[in-house]
Amino acid sequence: MNTAETPFDFVTASYLTRIGNQSAGTLAELLTGLEHCSDASIFHHTFQTLGTHHFLTEGFSNDFAQWVLASTNRNDLAEQLTALDIRDYMSIAALRSDLCRVVRDFCDAEPQFAAQSGLERFYFCESVEVTVPLGRSTRNLDEFREGLEHLSHASFYFHFISSRLRLQLQTNDFSLWLSGSLGLRTLADSVNQIDIYTNTLDSARTKMLRLIDRERRKA
Amino acid sequence: MSEVLTASRIPLENYAEVVGAGEIEELRALAKPLRGRSIEMINSTAVGGGVAEILNRLVPLAEELDLGIRWDVMKGAEEFFDVTKSFHNALHGEPYHAKPKDFEIFLSYNEQNRATLPLDGEFVVIHDPQPAALIDARKPSSNHWVWRCHIDLSHPNRAVWDFLEKFVTRYDGAMFSSPEFSRQLSIPQYLFYPAIDPLSEKNCPLDSEFIEQVLRRYQIDPQRPILTQISRFDRLKDPVGVIRAYRIVKRYFDCQLVLAGGSASDDPEGALVLKDVLRAAEQDPDIKILELPAWAPLEVNALQRASTIVVQKSLREGFGLTVSEALWKKKPVVASAVGGIPSQIIHKHTGLLAHSVEGTAYQIRFLLSHPQIAAKLGENGHEHVKENFLITQKLKRYLALFLMLDRGL
Repeated sequence: MNTAETPFDFVTASYLTRIGNQSAGTLAELLTGLEHCSDASIFHHTFQTLGTHHFLTEGFSNDFAQWVLASTNRNDLAEQLTALDIRDYMSIAALRSDLCRVVRDFCDAEPQFAAQSGLERFYFCESVEVTVPLGRSTRNLDEFREGLEHLSHASFYFHFISSRLRLQLQTNDFSLWLSGSLGLRTLADSVNQIDIYTNTLDSARTKMLRLIDRERRKA
Repeated sequence: MSEVLTASRIPLENYAEVVGAGEIEELRALAKPLRGRSIEMINSTAVGGGVAEILNRLVPLAEELDLGIRWDVMKGAEEFFDVTKSFHNALHGEPYHAKPKDFEIFLSYNEQNRATLPLDGEFVVIHDPQPAALIDARKPSSNHWVWRCHIDLSHPNRAVWDFLEKFVTRYDGAMFSSPEFSRQLSIPQYLFYPAIDPLSEKNCPLDSEFIEQVLRRYQIDPQRPILTQISRFDRLKDPVGVIRAYRIVKRYFDCQLVLAGGSASDDPEGALVLKDVLRAAEQDPDIKILELPAWAPLEVNALQRASTIVVQKSLREGFGLTVSEALWKKKPVVASAVGGIPSQIIHKHTGLLAHSVEGTAYQIRFLLSHPQIAAKLGENGHEHVKENFLITQKLKRYLALFLMLDRGL
């Protein structure tokens, strides 16, 4: 079994939600908010949703889409916002640009709905990430599997989803280590391909464990 | 002595069965850098009310993590609590004409408490408006002061808020139960959900025998659908609206309605509401109006667990933790989209929101017609509470807050 020179250090993260001073009551205001809110806010309402609502696997890919659906009842716009996949982006700026484009196009095409008040307001928030090492290092696939199996949701979310922002949205901590330190590129790619929209955090972890077990059997 | 010594202790390890061992390990990891650091929680009452209930659970758990936590209660006479009660209602948007004397009383009691409370914790957490002016005791050192506001400040009385804001903006941060409850402030604001304790008598698992016994006691038929609203007999909880919704549902389903709340005997307004509710019920044998002694946590637990659907048709609401209690028990919930309820009920995912009597009735009928959807909403609701509204999550949020303040993030 391969042993890595650089260990994988499991970290746990806790997230505080910082409430911003910006909110939206209409689609036009949502667009203004999207144009001016912080990058951290875009991240919070797209990525963080996958952590806080990880048990929902239907129709809930980001907070903007959910608000458009539940508060303004514009299913068509909600679907377009839902269709934006965070894995297609290299930067938050590009993601913001597309979110704005989708809402702007809708408001231009349907101006009568742009100023219509939603049932509830949308509040732009940000996440503050606080990390602490769990004191668990692994150097081979067996130890890695053991650590992965017992991770909390927050820790799993930190390594598998939140890490994508640090890694230019192209990979995640697990895949990076499996490929870079253990040389298991195929396994790393398979892990990275686990659909974060249609899986819960638990089911994503189960799939990952299954992929690791298959790799161990091969070895 | 102002320090509150909490009586009931549930070992942290017991929560592992509920939230998983990984979550407990995580709490320990987050607490490790804070070991021995001093934390002071201050509020205005040791018993009664949601804040005291939460601190009673939170403080012992924090002690188990080796944090140097203490809980102090500020002292005040009747005139102080009369003023702060008026402030409380005014901040909720009730009409109130503040007199200069009221502000003087508020400041004078805060000053007296500054002289007697330690106020030397490395992290000082002040709960609600009553002790807000204790911030005057803050020394120009490195300790951190935060203000936890449990009330809805979205439409406050201008005079009272202008007075309080001067104190609030001197804290390092403020925490609110919902983004809707916050204000535009010059200091950072954080979302801090209230929490339920899954191991308390109100939420712990119960034997089916006990549940059946409670149903028998109140002559509730377990074979027919049971709709339940647990709340005080208060106009803002709209119990008469619940009866109107039930009557619509009753045309289609042979169901029963349970309205259960605390006794109204020492609350003149509650007694009037109860009278209205009894009148609206028109002696319908399928409407059970239960005045429970001091909220009888085990009975509330049993009634929630026996329910087919839990309703919370409030006209206005604080956070509405009865919704979390029902969701924790995997119950489908139909609730009004007011206060903190939309944070708990994500429409069509963790329950159904309604905006009227007719809407409430329609959503109840929908769920009674589609028990599989109802069950799925209940499952999702349980997970949502597990992730966000349990006491262990609240503890984690506090740990993150202290670490964040310490690291200057």
